[in-house]
Amino acid sequence: MSGELKLLKPGTYFMMGNVACAEAALIAGCEFYAGYPITPSNEIAEHMSRRMPQLGRHFIQMEDEIASIVAVCGASAAGVKAMTATSGPGFSLMMETIGLSAMLELPCVIVNVQRAGPSTGIPTFVGQGDVMQARWGSHGDYELVVYAPSTVQEFFDLTIEAFNTSEWLRIPVIVLSDEVVGHMYGRLQVPGYDKIKIINRKRYSGPREEYLPYSSETLVPLFVAAGDGYRIHMTGLTHDERGYPSLEIEDSHKLIERLVIKVRKNAKNLWKYETLYLDDADVVVVTFGITARSTEEAVKRARSEGLKVGMIKLLTLWPFPEDPVRVASQYARRMLVAEINMGQLIHPVREVAECPVAGINYPVGYVPPPEYILDGIRAAV
Amino acid sequence: MSLKLAREPINKHLQKVPLGIIHVIPERCKECGYCIDLCPKDVLTVGEERNIKGYRWPKIADGKAIECIACKMCEWICPEFAIFVVEVDRREYV
Amino acid sequence: MTQKQILREKIVEESPRDDLIRRERFPHIWCPGCGLGTVLKCYVEAIAASNIPIDKHVIVSGIGCTGRIAGYVRLDSYHVTHGRPIAFAEGMKIVRPDLEVTVISGDGDLVTIGGNHFIHAVRRNVDINVFLVNNFIYGMTGNQMGSTTPLGAKSSTSPYGCPEFPFNLPLLTAALGAPFVARWTTLHVRQLADAMKRALQVKGLAFIEIISPCPVGFGSYNDLREGRDFIKLFLENCIVDHSADLNKVGITLRPGEPIILGNFVDREVPTYHELELEVFRKAGWLK
Repeated sequence: MSGELKLLKPGTYFMMGNVACAEAALIAGCEFYAGYPITPSNEIAEHMSRRMPQLGRHFIQMEDEIASIVAVCGASAAGVKAMTATSGPGFSLMMETIGLSAMLELPCVIVNVQRAGPSTGIPTFVGQGDVMQARWGSHGDYELVVYAPSTVQEFFDLTIEAFNTSEWLRIPVIVLSDEVVGHMYGRLQVPGYDKIKIINRKRYSGPREEYLPYSSETLVPLFVAAGDGYRIHMTGLTHDERGYPSLEIEDSHKLIERLVIKVRKNAKNLWKYETLYLDDADVVVVTFGITARSTEEAVKRARSEGLKVGMIKLLTLWPFPEDPVRVASQYARRMLVAEINMGQLIHPVREVAECPVAGINYPVGYVPPPEYILDGIRAAV
Repeated sequence: MSLKLAREPINKHLQKVPLGIIHVIPERCKECGYCIDLCPKDVLTVGEERNIKGYRWPKIADGKAIECIACKMCEWICPEFAIFVVEVDRREYV
Repeated sequence: MTQKQILREKIVEESPRDDLIRRERFPHIWCPGCGLGTVLKCYVEAIAASNIPIDKHVIVSGIGCTGRIAGYVRLDSYHVTHGRPIAFAEGMKIVRPDLEVTVISGDGDLVTIGGNHFIHAVRRNVDINVFLVNNFIYGMTGNQMGSTTPLGAKSSTSPYGCPEFPFNLPLLTAALGAPFVARWTTLHVRQLADAMKRALQVKGLAFIEIISPCPVGFGSYNDLREGRDFIKLFLENCIVDHSADLNKVGITLRPGEPIILGNFVDREVPTYHELELEVFRKAGWLK
């Protein structure tokens, strides 16, 4: 890893969320950033453009978001940790290539700092309307992991986690932030580097004749980079274990199953969430991102009114943390899903909840004040 | 086609005309005809046997084998990697 | 006195360049008479003749008949999404400048859907090679027209004749500042291989437009039904002029109108990588 001495030193900082994300990527070992300007993610690109060259790493501003994510995949194929950052409109453009990353099993990290949508929406205001798209945006069967920070610290921690998960499972990983978390200033504790876990993709180094780039022997095949001397073939076409395009039913079955199962089998290890006052809660609010900050205040006020309310703040949105949500719903009478959209996270919640579920939805562009969420809670009690 | 010269070069007897031995991989041929059409000495012609896909790979036309000058146009133009030429010494062959 | 041997053709199962092609996948999917096999041959000869280790050559291709070439050559090969091989190659080359990265893809893939990535890569002058195979059509999907289909040519989506002007690719690429611009056909095998060899040495984006027969596709719509019809067209109309006025090298495929070939541009242009080094210096990473 180049330029360790110029990384953010362990300590306490007061930093913008987007900048914390960029610094986290540097610590995680990101060596290639390609991006396209889009509000409200620009601070990430701007910060990377200044910091990457200081560490001898590559920054490039591409001609559009498609080129950005494709260049990220190219860098990943060359064996390097690579990342891009965008918002809704750019995220939509990247969808085809997210499928390519999943199909070729090229690790990469995509940060989506959500803004009000749909379409151009309000570039400078918050939204949480990309939850479903982050999971299902590309065509066909694939699984990926989506993290959702709600504080500057979480944005930092989850960006490093995103790189680790991406390298471990060889999947695209999305950090689904939002405009408020991206632009807010907050407290950041950078731990000692020995306390930060960094995962790198496992590589093959044996004889060329025995290497199968997409072997089903393990859930995650061993990686080789371009130029390593293995003369591999990678194609977005459905392929066999050699990587060659195949029309055979067994090859399609083996490949697609493995792409999906490698994440599903590890789902429990990927579920990150925090709970508050869950033990005796009648009503449980499930939420994420900036809405969680407001919800926390609403839940505390509800408790002071004597209402038995609790909350689950999801830090992993996908694969959806089924068990914690289901268990909480078994003890509650009502579950509420607070989000700044017309109802997206509510769907996986409803799938697993064993009590009735209702939404607390707020117009895109604005953070629901605690009073609004409290009204929703009172209505459910 | 022979070159018309104003006068004969004095080392003409030392000049060697290359000779090629044509090798064919029948299963790869798709009977596109490029090798046959582009051979400058018209050495090749459509063969009689068919490969498993039904294509007739090229054969050397009667008596023309000795006329191959190993220009390798057939080897270069063949889209199938189905034909190549090995250059040998003409004086060893009839 | 040694016995003279009788001369006959030999039936064999391997060709000399089989070490550079994925022979287990041959015969390939391209139609009889398709020029793509010839492009593959010229490319394989060029990389064998280059003084760059074979393991350092990388090929990136996109979607279409030409895109399949990545699957037939025995190199590190990446067959990515439609229109995007150039952006993929840029990402790869920027982080691994020691690799020799070549994009070989079709006219639809590289300058129609991929037009934006094409012009920016040339503008940046990233050190990759772009070999664009122009068969004037979208072959793989059933012969629809593309941005290089000549005015008036028929296709499955221009049954009354294409109503659009095609790109003049050498003019476009030269105007964008490329250091190397050439055009050859699959008939001009040696010149094409030589141009490829030169392209591999060029610092910056080396571009070759390769005119290729598509008898089953484009040809069946435009009275060029056999490979030999294309050969006749090339023999009768191709003119080699390395110093041609690029404003006049557009292709019309009308009877009697020339197809101008040559190595049109070969100049030195600062590459993206040299300019990036300046950034590293100013940032304090390099002295």
